[in-house]
Amino acid sequence: MSTPVDKILPADAAVDHGHAPQSFLTRYVWSQDHKVIAVQYSCIAIFTGLVGLVLSDLMRLQLGFPGRFAFIDAAHYYQFVTMHGMIMVIYLLTALFLGGFGNYLIPLMVGARDMAFPYLNMLSVWVFLVAVIVLMASFFAPGGPTGGGWTLYPPQVITSGTPGFEWGIILMLVSLLIFIVATTMGGLNYVTTVLQLRCEGMTLMRMPLSVWGIFVATILALLAFPALFVSGVMLLLDKTLGSSFFMPAMISMGQATNYKGGSPLLFQHLFWFFGHPEVYIIALPAFGVVSDLISVHARKSIFGYRMMVWAILAIGVLSVVVWAHHMFVSGMNLYFGFFFATTTLIIAVPTAIKVYNWLLTLWRGDIHLSVPMLFALAFICTFINGGLTGLFLGNVSVDVPLSGTYFVVAHFHMVMAVSPILVVFGGIYHWYPLVTGRLLDDRIGKLHFWITFIGTYAIYFPMHYLGILGMPRRYYAYEGYQFIPASAQSLNTFITIVALIVGVGQLLFIANLIWSYFHGERADSNPWRAASLEWQTGHTPPVHLNWGAKLPVVHRWAYAYSVPGAPQDFIAQNAPPQAGGDEPEQGALRKEHAR
Amino acid sequence: MSTHALRRPGRSAVKTRHTDGSVGLWVFIGVATSLFSLFILAYGMRMTGADWASIALPWQLWLSTALLVAGSVALQAAASAARGDRWDRARRWLLVGGAAASAFLGVQLWAWQVLQAAQVLPSGNPSASFFYLLTAMHGLHVMGGLLGWSLTAHGAWPLAEPARAAQRIRLCARYWHFLLAVWLVLFATFAGLTPTVVAWVCGPLGITR
Repeated sequence: MSTPVDKILPADAAVDHGHAPQSFLTRYVWSQDHKVIAVQYSCIAIFTGLVGLVLSDLMRLQLGFPGRFAFIDAAHYYQFVTMHGMIMVIYLLTALFLGGFGNYLIPLMVGARDMAFPYLNMLSVWVFLVAVIVLMASFFAPGGPTGGGWTLYPPQVITSGTPGFEWGIILMLVSLLIFIVATTMGGLNYVTTVLQLRCEGMTLMRMPLSVWGIFVATILALLAFPALFVSGVMLLLDKTLGSSFFMPAMISMGQATNYKGGSPLLFQHLFWFFGHPEVYIIALPAFGVVSDLISVHARKSIFGYRMMVWAILAIGVLSVVVWAHHMFVSGMNLYFGFFFATTTLIIAVPTAIKVYNWLLTLWRGDIHLSVPMLFALAFICTFINGGLTGLFLGNVSVDVPLSGTYFVVAHFHMVMAVSPILVVFGGIYHWYPLVTGRLLDDRIGKLHFWITFIGTYAIYFPMHYLGILGMPRRYYAYEGYQFIPASAQSLNTFITIVALIVGVGQLLFIANLIWSYFHGERADSNPWRAASLEWQTGHTPPVHLNWGAKLPVVHRWAYAYSVPGAPQDFIAQNAPPQAGGDEPEQGALRKEHAR
Repeated sequence: MSTHALRRPGRSAVKTRHTDGSVGLWVFIGVATSLFSLFILAYGMRMTGADWASIALPWQLWLSTALLVAGSVALQAAASAARGDRWDRARRWLLVGGAAASAFLGVQLWAWQVLQAAQVLPSGNPSASFFYLLTAMHGLHVMGGLLGWSLTAHGAWPLAEPARAAQRIRLCARYWHFLLAVWLVLFATFAGLTPTVVAWVCGPLGITR
């Protein structure tokens, strides 16, 4: 593939900035600059996420005040639930972490001028936009969007009676297929860039953990999204051509359908073979980013860097052999249940290593309670809470009674919704100055943090109790169930009110993004005094092709903080070798040589 | 990573043997391998259903296989010729490779027509549905390859950057080999994978539908 950057990148030759695109269109719209593409990805993802947020508040209105809002009938409720889930998991978190953070950070953090295939990168964002447009179109399609649940299980999702079974599901599947094409184009870039375009001295084991997290998550995405593609294509054909890949022989509305012999379980296997790695496609970048935030804002090198890298890799590998724990209640061979429960619980080991290392990094650190750090700390609390309930649900015998209840809603929202979104906020507060050259407003940031942090706990903590009470998830209305006490309704009303406050609270964040872009305090080139390479370009935001005449040369890891005897409390990755601050292994090697 | 590698000049310290395009293509081959493996797994799992009835494969598939083999050989010859700077020969083989892949698509469509004429429809028996689906997916990958091939051909006429053009032909050849390998596995699956084989593999593991 012809890459303009290749052509103007003769090794370390001087970069002629005259090559930078000049017109508005080539600079901001059809841009091949990874930084612009990252912002485009992020803006589209955040916009879509806001739609998902509104949908969640709409469904909470029904749960908190049942029947009070006439327009939220059962069909609409299920449509809101489905679209909320899919939007948040795929179109917000996956797109934002890989397309947004990945695009912005990878080339800058590894010392490259751009992605390996800038043209493909540009295509990726525009194809992603098409996917979002198709998804949004389903709101306006006859019958509205699909209401079959974000897992899109057949036969229900394409059977009459399910909201959006005609057009909604088709548009959803088409949108997902387009999204996968976009992700693959992006993913090829991220992996190739990490493998090929690292600057001199940037060994794999010197890469910041953000890059490691995004890198391994991308590999997972490239291997797991095909499973969604396969299931999506086959479901689409069942719907449109009338094939019977997944659709069993059945009677719908008193009439025998033309389907016969399909296997709904096959869909579940394929879906979750994608679906569980998807959790880590979101979580691994979050792990990486939060490691960097903690290290920078505690002014301390990350504890056990190598262990952190191996933990990321171990989690990545394990995440593809646990998928059937989402199917315990679907039924499976006893030994399979045992196998999947065991692998699921084993994931707790590398994950716990990461948590301990974050805590040990904080231990006796010079902790600055900046807004990014607040979000990072909140992430650790929330992730521990969500992870612990994961241990409950990983056991088959405990999962079976809890699986259909609000306990699961509480668990997965804590661990894979709130936790990563806290990292997203932390990351945006941290890197916003790099992207725009201005700091986000600190007071609004803190207010936004406390509303979000306390709010999300007030929303999801009580759901654990509701789940243990036996309150089933996925229900539109709860009247007439004798085992659900009236107090559960009070709790639901409380949760709804908090959810509305948290929802409105996010407007503070959006307002901060916009206001600070024009009026925020100007940031110098390294406002957080960070050691990693993205802050060493000398410019905020970095110029076209990132680096001036010469590519940087890296001499140490990204975590040289509070090095004894150093003039500052950080040593940039590209500072001369004599500045010290080696990674532990390199330091030991040097001492060995000196002896 | 040795320190020697770190001192290598160039736009990247780690760039040693492979070009970006080569690494990108390997990664893509990984993605496509995952895709087709999952399709084949789904095929195997679905065939244990009571309604499964294998379809008779049309003879045209042997012709299309031969064309794909020819395409693969031709592009390999083109790559060797380009490496030896024999550009007339390289171009000739490049054309043959592209033509063989295009003809492959034509013959696949012919096979579809034959099946449809025999009332083997995509919406019918699941084995027919899988046949249409998997051949279509493979065909799409061939079409993607032809897009890459046309970019490669564009770079070979006229020859502005010989090294770059030779590299692209090499990548094209690698992708053609991959397309051939996928097709051979698919063909073998259609022809040789039966419910009995699946039961033989899955039975001892206790895997049932």
